[in-house]
Amino acid sequence: MTEGWVVVGLVGGLTVAFKALGPVVLGGRPLPPALTGALALLAPAVLAALLVTQTFGAEGGLVLDERALGVGAAAVVALTWRRAPTLLVIALAAAVTAVARLLGLGG
Amino acid sequence: MRAPPFSLLSFLGPGFRRGWPLTVAVAAFGIPFGFLARDAGMGPVAPVVMSATTFAGSAQFAAVSILGAGGTIAAAVGAAALLNGRYVPIGLSVASVLGGPWWRRALLAQLVVDESWAVANRGDGRIDRDVLVGAGVLLWLGWVGGTLLGVLGASVLPDPETLGLDAAFPALFLALLAPQLRSRPNLAAAAGGAAIALALHPFAPAGVPIIAAAAACLPGAFLRGERS
Repeated sequence: MTEGWVVVGLVGGLTVAFKALGPVVLGGRPLPPALTGALALLAPAVLAALLVTQTFGAEGGLVLDERALGVGAAAVVALTWRRAPTLLVIALAAAVTAVARLLGLGG
Repeated sequence: MRAPPFSLLSFLGPGFRRGWPLTVAVAAFGIPFGFLARDAGMGPVAPVVMSATTFAGSAQFAAVSILGAGGTIAAAVGAAALLNGRYVPIGLSVASVLGGPWWRRALLAQLVVDESWAVANRGDGRIDRDVLVGAGVLLWLGWVGGTLLGVLGASVLPDPETLGLDAAFPALFLALLAPQLRSRPNLAAAAGGAAIALALHPFAPAGVPIIAAAAACLPGAFLRGERS
């Protein structure tokens, strides 16, 4: 289907450009200290935003559903056990969410 | 551990070690993407090309869902562009560690994806270039490989929601975020980013809340002197 290929080309081109912009324009050089200070906090800001929108986000609003139970259980483990294996944290969230759905818990 | 025949590639080792658990999750999500994309009428090749070039899961899912639901090309591309807009500031944050000619910097920048960027972040704002590249290569292989499995007819797979896979990705971001919460500025930035994203989510198109949440890092511009 041509439509699909047009989307593949446009989305691919845009994403490649987005990712390359900073490194091509400023690459390999030290950034101004103020910018470095701000970018040092970019990871926690963006990761927290991705975490909460994917946990509570629904079409046009926020909901508390089985995902919150799963991610909540994973949060308890990740925050109390510093060296918890990443896969365990992920699998726990998926398992708790799946079981909660099976039991019809949470919305 | 360094065997001479592999010494050229030995710099990939740390990234492989940090990246493989994430790659399992990313590959597991590539399968439903490939299946959904083929189901949306894209054929078997275009979804794999998309995963290889775009290499950003949420935007690809959004674009393909919109196409599959009969949406326009503009709607699909617009949604994906907003979702991937965060890669402009993320790209800026890795710029100082990517050297060499411009084409090499542009190429290495393509290995930046949420997961490779997060594991390469040392928590104090510095980026470990080898981890970024090693994890990026592995994640790319996992994402493209998962997509390939999906288009090759993984129709026998159960519904991702039945498996709770929709909670796997926020949990992955949680696992990446947790080690970064050790300093007060990082905690404040995380709280600020979460608050901005939650406040905007009900009104703004998908992706915009994440781009806006990036602004929670701006107070860091005034903190430089206090950080070691």
